[in-house]
Amino acid sequence: MKVRIKFFAILRERTGASEAMTEIATGSTVADLWRQLQSEYPKLDVPGIRLLYAVNQNYVSADHKLSDNDEVVFLPPVSGG
Amino acid sequence: MFRVTKEPIDLNELVRYVTDPEAGAIATFIGTTRNNNEGRKVIALDYEAYPEMAEKELARIGYDALKQWPICRMAVVHRLGPVQIGDASVIIAVSSAHRDAAFAASRFAIEEIKKTVPIWKKEVFEGGEVWIGTQTGQPFTAK
Repeated sequence: MKVRIKFFAILRERTGASEAMTEIATGSTVADLWRQLQSEYPKLDVPGIRLLYAVNQNYVSADHKLSDNDEVVFLPPVSGG
Repeated sequence: MFRVTKEPIDLNELVRYVTDPEAGAIATFIGTTRNNNEGRKVIALDYEAYPEMAEKELARIGYDALKQWPICRMAVVHRLGPVQIGDASVIIAVSSAHRDAAFAASRFAIEEIKKTVPIWKKEVFEGGEVWIGTQTGQPFTAK
């Protein structure tokens, strides 16, 4: 299946991309996708960062199972205000 | 009204939006950019958002506030892109029949924004730049 990934803030700068499409095995979780992306984008691994996860604009946990065409975002700690 | 914008935020527009004949109070909160942070001389702040989700989260905060306090109307607008020192990065306006609810709901909204809304602040300071919050306690320098 295919999923769309969006990168923001430090992750966008580190990957040099705002968006990516990737093929991933059916039944994969958000954590599986993160591991797969780290091999594609070695700079994604920011030491000490605590990420949050969103699928289709809702917060989810790392063990959330992905579906075809999901929009997945790995969110660095937010700092609005 | 829950939105993110690249334009300067108009306080009067938010106040007009929450004005309600049943309200006896309007509380406003303005978050402004400070010229110093943790000993660094700040030149400007640059805000980035996951815009669709940020607006959804802002609306969720409004809904949660409505469940907790008897408020009439609420408006939250967060600025994106470069914001100069002293300018507003976020404005909250809340109306309610009595003042306590408006004060409490606006306080709740700014605290929630800082915790859950997907907006990131890059601080440009003398000698570098940093994404705030990337590493708890010790900011990570992106350059």
